[in-house]
Amino acid sequence: MDIKRLFIANRGEIAVRIVRAAQGLGIHTIQAHSEADAEMLAARMADEAVCIGPPPASKSYLNVDAVVQAAKDANADAVHPGYGFLAESPKFARAVEEAGMIFVGPSADTIQSMGDKVSARQAAEKAGVPLVPGSDGRVDDMDKAAHIAQQIGYPVMIKASAGGGGRGIRIAETPEELKKLAPQARQEAEAAFGDGGIYIEKVITEPRHVEVQILADGTRAVHCFERECSLQRRRQKVWEEAPAFDLPDATRAAMCKSAVDLAEAVQYRGAGTVEYLYDSRDDAFYFIEMNTRIQVEHPVTEMVTGLDLVAMMIRVAGGEPLTVEQEDITLKGHAIEVRLNAEDPLKKFMPFPGVVGKLELPESDGIRLDHFLYEGYQIPPFYDSLIGKLIVHAQDREAAIDKMQTALETIEIGGLKTTIPLHKALATSPDVRAGRIHTQWLEPWLDAGNLADQTGGAT
Amino acid sequence: MADIQAPVPGTFYHKPSPEDPPFKSEGDKVATGETIGLVEVMKSFIEVQAEADGTFGGYAVENEAAVSAGDVLATLK
Repeated sequence: MDIKRLFIANRGEIAVRIVRAAQGLGIHTIQAHSEADAEMLAARMADEAVCIGPPPASKSYLNVDAVVQAAKDANADAVHPGYGFLAESPKFARAVEEAGMIFVGPSADTIQSMGDKVSARQAAEKAGVPLVPGSDGRVDDMDKAAHIAQQIGYPVMIKASAGGGGRGIRIAETPEELKKLAPQARQEAEAAFGDGGIYIEKVITEPRHVEVQILADGTRAVHCFERECSLQRRRQKVWEEAPAFDLPDATRAAMCKSAVDLAEAVQYRGAGTVEYLYDSRDDAFYFIEMNTRIQVEHPVTEMVTGLDLVAMMIRVAGGEPLTVEQEDITLKGHAIEVRLNAEDPLKKFMPFPGVVGKLELPESDGIRLDHFLYEGYQIPPFYDSLIGKLIVHAQDREAAIDKMQTALETIEIGGLKTTIPLHKALATSPDVRAGRIHTQWLEPWLDAGNLADQTGGAT
Repeated sequence: MADIQAPVPGTFYHKPSPEDPPFKSEGDKVATGETIGLVEVMKSFIEVQAEADGTFGGYAVENEAAVSAGDVLATLK
């Protein structure tokens, strides 16, 4: 393999994860850190640690020039971007390559094309991946709009083709409503963007978020099955599972195949994720986007497949072909991950950075904790509130939820407020247990006071 | 004389956005509950509010300074 010295341009739990994987491969690790992160766990664990700038992320972890220069100065031959920060920046990937180093991820061109909504949709369509049904581009003729809506089925969404941010969106339940609302949408689009163009798209009621993990070496791609990430708050995932529950085998096979087709079509290299909306009523799935990086929730896939995704992405970046065939990858049991955030769920999820007190972390067969905590560590206030992830694995979903519940009872993170009470309440929710969830489920459930009821106000 | 303290640790901002003027200038009247600045903590923005009426005496730390919970951010006369 061509990688001997790996520069890790990220922080927190994912930096720890990457240092471990790289050291396991016999690679020398160089951990980047801001001035505020000199004491972080990954910096202590890595073979070397270098400061890349002041605390604000814009002046350190997001500063392309500073990161590339630091990697060059450290004689790194590859850079791992983790997730977030510069992980999906084509500019960064290009700068790393131009400086003569390997970017652990796909090419800058692939990142760019998947990062752009229009070109990503085009690539997906070309690879035969289903898109949300709708008008192919803008419609100006109202009779044509009515015809399209009839074809795709109501309800439909009327959106402004210019602009964004949700302005000009109307939902029509019937042909009569479409007739009334479409002119309003045109008018609003005209007023807001100076362009009255609209387009029509099928509304997926109570959609689920299901995504497929892929691995590829630039030529060949394999899938590592799918994850269910429907429990979300403010579009942030809070609880993730593998596999998705109650997915018919034929649907799973079709979804996974379409992800592989897309990855091969764009000559993908590394670990990536193809995200879909899943409509359980129609048993249909539609492409949302592709994430060109390792994701926060990758451990649930590792638990059910037995693969080390981070090690594999480093190996293909180092020039090795994929060492697994599709038939070697099988699903075993069910895994669940919850995100542990330094926030007070009972006070509107107010961030709560503090000094880590007594730690009681359950770690046994089928329980994994990815984190960057140690007693006495001051969590810096400058970055994301994610402090760790608790992952469990059991023979089936019900046993996994039971195991999660037990693990949440034994975990103790002193000195901080965390989202553990939220996860305890979710683990006992009849809707969660029965799988009656979708991407719009969690927020109304919180608004209805379910969290406060279940914890009895205790933290 | 009353001090306004940081409710949480983070980065302190005098202004609602980089293009706007500061929330308060020296000599301005301040009412209880009025916002005098923002603290960014873990990518969330928390409003810093006056807990007493008074006259604004000025900011005690620079714009975009790193602050700890309890640090004096501004004074009231």
